[in-house]
Amino acid sequence: MTLTQTKTEYEVVIGLEVHAQLKTKTKIFCNCPVDFGAEPNTNVCPVCLGMPGVLPVLNKQVVAYAIKTGLALGCEIVKHCKFDRKQYFYPDLPKNYQISQYDQPICSNGFLDVNGKKIGIQRIHMEEDAGKLVHAGSDRLHGSDYSLVDYNRTGTPLLEIVSLPDIRSIEEARDYAQLLRSILRYLDVCDGNLEEGSMRCDVNVSLRPVGSSILGTRSEIKNVNSFKSLVRAIEAEIERQTEILNSGGKVIQETRLFEENSGKTVSMRSKEEAHDYRYFPEPDLVPLEISKEWINEIKETIPELPHNKKIRYPKDYGLNSDDIKVLIEDRNMAEYYEAVIRLGANPKKAANWLIGPVTAYLKEHKTDIINSCMTPVQLADLLVFIEKGIINDNIAKAEILGEILSNGTNAKEIIEQKGLAQITDEGALKQAVKEVLDQNPEQLKQLKEGKEKVRGFFVGQVMKKTDGKASPNIVNKLIDEFLK
Amino acid sequence: MKDLVNKSAKELNKLFLSKEISAKEIVNAFYKQIEIVEPKIQALNSLTKDLAYKQAEELDQKVSRSDKLGPIAGVPIIVKDVLCVKNYHATCSSKILENFIAPYESTATSNLWSAGAICLAKSNMDEFAMGSSTENSAFKKTKNPWNLNTVPGGSSGGSAASVAAMEAPVSLGTDTGGSVRQPASFCGVVGLKPTYGRVSRFGLIAFASSLDQVGPFARDVYDTALILQHMSGYDPKDSTSLNVDVPDYISKLNIGNLKGKKIGLIKELIGDGIESEVRKSVENSIKILKDLGAEIVEISLPNVKYSVPVYYILATAEASSNLARYDGVKYGHRAQGTKEVLPMYTKTRQEGFGAEVKRRIMLGTYALSSGYYEAYYKKAQQVRKLVTQDFLNSFEKVDLMITPTCPTTAFELGSKVEDPLSMYLSDIATIPASLAGLPAISVPCGFDSKNLPIGLQIIAPALSEELLLSAAYEFEKTCNLFNKTNMKVSAVVVG
Repeated sequence: MTLTQTKTEYEVVIGLEVHAQLKTKTKIFCNCPVDFGAEPNTNVCPVCLGMPGVLPVLNKQVVAYAIKTGLALGCEIVKHCKFDRKQYFYPDLPKNYQISQYDQPICSNGFLDVNGKKIGIQRIHMEEDAGKLVHAGSDRLHGSDYSLVDYNRTGTPLLEIVSLPDIRSIEEARDYAQLLRSILRYLDVCDGNLEEGSMRCDVNVSLRPVGSSILGTRSEIKNVNSFKSLVRAIEAEIERQTEILNSGGKVIQETRLFEENSGKTVSMRSKEEAHDYRYFPEPDLVPLEISKEWINEIKETIPELPHNKKIRYPKDYGLNSDDIKVLIEDRNMAEYYEAVIRLGANPKKAANWLIGPVTAYLKEHKTDIINSCMTPVQLADLLVFIEKGIINDNIAKAEILGEILSNGTNAKEIIEQKGLAQITDEGALKQAVKEVLDQNPEQLKQLKEGKEKVRGFFVGQVMKKTDGKASPNIVNKLIDEFLK
Repeated sequence: MKDLVNKSAKELNKLFLSKEISAKEIVNAFYKQIEIVEPKIQALNSLTKDLAYKQAEELDQKVSRSDKLGPIAGVPIIVKDVLCVKNYHATCSSKILENFIAPYESTATSNLWSAGAICLAKSNMDEFAMGSSTENSAFKKTKNPWNLNTVPGGSSGGSAASVAAMEAPVSLGTDTGGSVRQPASFCGVVGLKPTYGRVSRFGLIAFASSLDQVGPFARDVYDTALILQHMSGYDPKDSTSLNVDVPDYISKLNIGNLKGKKIGLIKELIGDGIESEVRKSVENSIKILKDLGAEIVEISLPNVKYSVPVYYILATAEASSNLARYDGVKYGHRAQGTKEVLPMYTKTRQEGFGAEVKRRIMLGTYALSSGYYEAYYKKAQQVRKLVTQDFLNSFEKVDLMITPTCPTTAFELGSKVEDPLSMYLSDIATIPASLAGLPAISVPCGFDSKNLPIGLQIIAPALSEELLLSAAYEFEKTCNLFNKTNMKVSAVVVG
């Protein structure tokens, strides 16, 4: 298998270019709404259609989001920058140039801490998105009977976030992309949906002999629409380049397309066919001035980010890394968790509940924590009832949690209404324990011989008799007394 | 009726506000004049009759209700076909936009209609404002009303000729490197290019974004000031428009004399290449200015000599990008019979653009190409800064500057069509102020031996239109060519 050969002979060098659609209300250079799924060509105006005589006006929110992202990724924010025109002809680009940033990106020299390793962020710049083409009779423009264009997406603000070629494995590439997505979502600047294209990845892949410090020739892979595709595309590309190198060939610099169905990358255009974009400063926009005050103002709005939580949670809450990963993936979940802890809940127990039954419920009902009816106070209360022994775990999961999540009813009310409080009265339970022991002499014998496993059987039988309300602690204590 | 078309905008407004004539009568009179002179001068691409009569009717209603109306109410205007007037053609005198109907209104025209002006027609021009004779129009060749064998100048030749021929008292042009001032000079009218950013470019179909400005034509300085007054101002839809108040140009027009004003004669723009009759006329103008109390000093702007090459790199570079959108996909001309997108683009643009536009797109594309950008575009940007700095330095010593507007008077139709370089040199004196973004005006200052008008260019510091207009106003008053202008033009085009 070539992949294993790769690991011994070649080192993979990966850089990612991520395009993130910003969650602004309006487009980057006009007042059209940014709204997905609208009827084709309805969210358009003369400006985003590139009509003769129109002029762009910069949406300041886009700049604010770019600064916020840059700060979160440890970047330097420039004091002055400008926009440039990137020129190429394509029917989804109404002006046949894209307003972008060329030699003065708004943010540069940042990094992302991926599993303790710093992956450099070379630059972040702002630009406008293009429209969408729909082809009849072919899956691309060339060879189609006809093509239709929807300009709704035209002018949607994008951030292009370019990493340095610091990534050395497929897993690292995936973790980088996932962490970046998570951060963009924490910052509330992008919804990070790869399948719907609100976050898009181009991957630069090259190989070099292990130990070499010279970069090999890279290919750029486009059309990666999920984290799974990201992994598959890099795998396929490593395999392809390895075969070329092992057979004495040379990798050529080119842009390649990942094909989901075949799982392979195919050539799109070579370096020779690459566009000369003829960048020049956009004369319709004035240079952008960014004040220190503005940057500081934006700094205040940045929440604690997932990679910081990842470092803090083991210290503060004693959680293991798997639990942390689940809790911090989504900012709402993490903040919910922290709220429950602040209300005095046991960090480990709260984590177990959120990761286990709460997440299961949310998944089943296709919702999320923020849209459920359960407040942090309600979950904290529920945990208190369990801790105090008023109810047991099973009852809480089976009878109470669902109701809080769906209706927002307090645990206390549910316990009272359904009469779910645990039986902790030893006198009331003694009879039940005695009956169960008497009725199962075989198991009793085993228990007496020290087979502690059988104990669970007896506790279960007592639970059955008491509709699950018996306090497991008391039952155990009573069993012990009988055995003496 | 014939009397009406002789009137200035100021006079027409007065007649209208005093209810001596209706807006409808004004419109009728000018359409009648257009009917008479248009076959000879060919200044217009289309009439906007529905709009003109609708605007006139509203104005007549307002005046009958005694609504408050301003100083350009009832003034008919002709608009260069490069500005968008909603629901009317905006062709740029190009085949590629021959059937394009503007879906929105430009800010400059919108401001004028709000102030009560009336839109009569869209005027002919060099295709996409590229040219100095209006011969690059895809539709027609406009004639100079002073001599029908000569060009009206360009690119706003239609707007200049229409005002000279009294098809309207005022018109709008656009000036990128001299496209208002040069035709004003050729047609014996006043033409002003405002400070870059004074007038919104929203709805002005771009040739070179960093240079384009909308400017008025009129037969006198007063009317020029009037139109500028009402179309200027900050526009949030144009990021390059300047967010500063517009002064009251009219009230400050009449300063009586030019005492204490220092005027610089730009040495580099009065020497070689300037026709002797033009130079003589400028020398005569200097006398007039001196009589008005101004002090004339010779000044040198050493980098001004690079203006023409710098301009033709920057303007063509921007044009190559601005004109990329005309591709047959969304609007305008689309070539028939092609099956793939690339041949469709190529054939559409081949059929849709004229020779000069293609030449400039190629020049500009080349200047921006990888490997040439540093040598051409970037260098040109640097020299543009030097030219601007030259002006800033000199304006520390003088209040205003003068040059001839154009090295020659109107040349014969067809005489420079085959020689683009000599055509480009027609703008040698107007381009420097464009590069520096400064306001400049061309005022009639005399005639050559062929009885063709000569223009004097006055240049002012940025946002000093006030001073520019008042100096031109005093000059015009003393020069007193206005009545002569009227009589002579009428003789050619009507008589």
